Amino acid sequence: MTQLLVGTKKGLFVLGGDNGSFQVESRSFAGEPVEFAARDARTGRYFACVTSAFYGPKVFVADDPGGEWQQAEGIALPESEEKALVRMWCVVPGEEDGLLYAGGDPGVLFESRDGGLTWELNKPFWEQPTRPEWGPGAGGMCLHSIATWPGDPSRLALAISAVGVWLSDDGGETWRHGNQGLVPRYLQEEAREDTFDLCVHNLHRHPAKPERLFMQFHGGVYRSDDAGESWIDIGTGLPSDFGFPLVIDPDDADSAFVIPLVADLDRVTPDGRVRVYETRDAGASWTPRGDGLPAEDAYLTILRQAFGRSGSGETMELYFGATSGDVFGSRDAGGTWFTAAANLPPVHSVRVA
Amino acid sequence: MAVVRLRAPLSELAGGRREVELEGATVAEVLRALERAHPDITGWIIDERGKIREHVNVFVNRESGQEDTTVAPGDRLHVIPAISGG
Repeated sequence: MTQLLVGTKKGLFVLGGDNGSFQVESRSFAGEPVEFAARDARTGRYFACVTSAFYGPKVFVADDPGGEWQQAEGIALPESEEKALVRMWCVVPGEEDGLLYAGGDPGVLFESRDGGLTWELNKPFWEQPTRPEWGPGAGGMCLHSIATWPGDPSRLALAISAVGVWLSDDGGETWRHGNQGLVPRYLQEEAREDTFDLCVHNLHRHPAKPERLFMQFHGGVYRSDDAGESWIDIGTGLPSDFGFPLVIDPDDADSAFVIPLVADLDRVTPDGRVRVYETRDAGASWTPRGDGLPAEDAYLTILRQAFGRSGSGETMELYFGATSGDVFGSRDAGGTWFTAAANLPPVHSVRVA
Repeated sequence: MAVVRLRAPLSELAGGRREVELEGATVAEVLRALERAHPDITGWIIDERGKIREHVNVFVNRESGQEDTTVAPGDRLHVIPAISGG
């Protein structure tokens, strides 16, 4: 039995199913945008990032996603006349018992040490001296990716649209850039060097080889072999190196899956075909995986949090959702695909519980 | 004391109460008093800047109010989500 958490523009849908047949088990936060939802496998606790159009961004927690949700405490910026929290983008388990991280807009990191019930703003990151110069991407200044280092709580990598990659070796007490090699083609050439106006769309660390990370950039797919200090362009061979989400196979440190879109000015699947692209050689080559996906007249947009996985290897399950309201799944690591759900509201996020 | 009228989900955060009597000389003071009386409502109407959220309307005796709008004893404040969305 697979349980999918699908955050949509109009609530959180929990889908359950076997053998490719899924049903809606519950819907929570009806009418509200749910940016992200996930389950912490260590505790079984569920998290949902909800952005009420009226009442602002919140994080909610529940032990049963179809039951009562409780608002987590502390998800707010320090009171001031300047900034208010705009949106929460992700919740990620940390490398100590009870430790979790959450990322949000405007480029903020929160930490919880009680399993996600109460949160505190990471002050060193909030007080970065260059923060007044930071600028948002089209989706806001979203801190969407938090990559922990398996077994080592001191090492973290963050990614923000559009403030690049940030690295810490002391559990978030100090931060530095990790942007060497990234090429922001959307800037004029003379403005590219030393800029931190870098629009990262998604970033993942490989758990078995933690110094290796993969990134989907705003025009570019990249790999790092030095824990995010520098980046190598691996986009050659893709129909487009623009896209949002990225997934890896935990069994294979040379693996990554992306879903190309035409370009930043045309954010739909190329040629009216929906295809996932897979590399098994660290980006040297890419193979399309589209068996069972829409192959004609299909112009979908898949957002940065809308691609999730469970398991690993040949039986790895992959699921992604589109703003069309469709959710697609694979139970053989992308070899074949099926439609897990259709006619949902626009999909913001997909995670396997 | 002013009377603050709440709708769901705000009324649920105020313990199911649709009307709350509160002290305050301005809209902001009354809403802060509401947060002190019902902490679960903190952050839902007023953001970190002390501003009423963009898509929330506060009416004082049927007139649109802002944070600094004067409130007198007996005034009725209605907190209503804006007609917006998509």
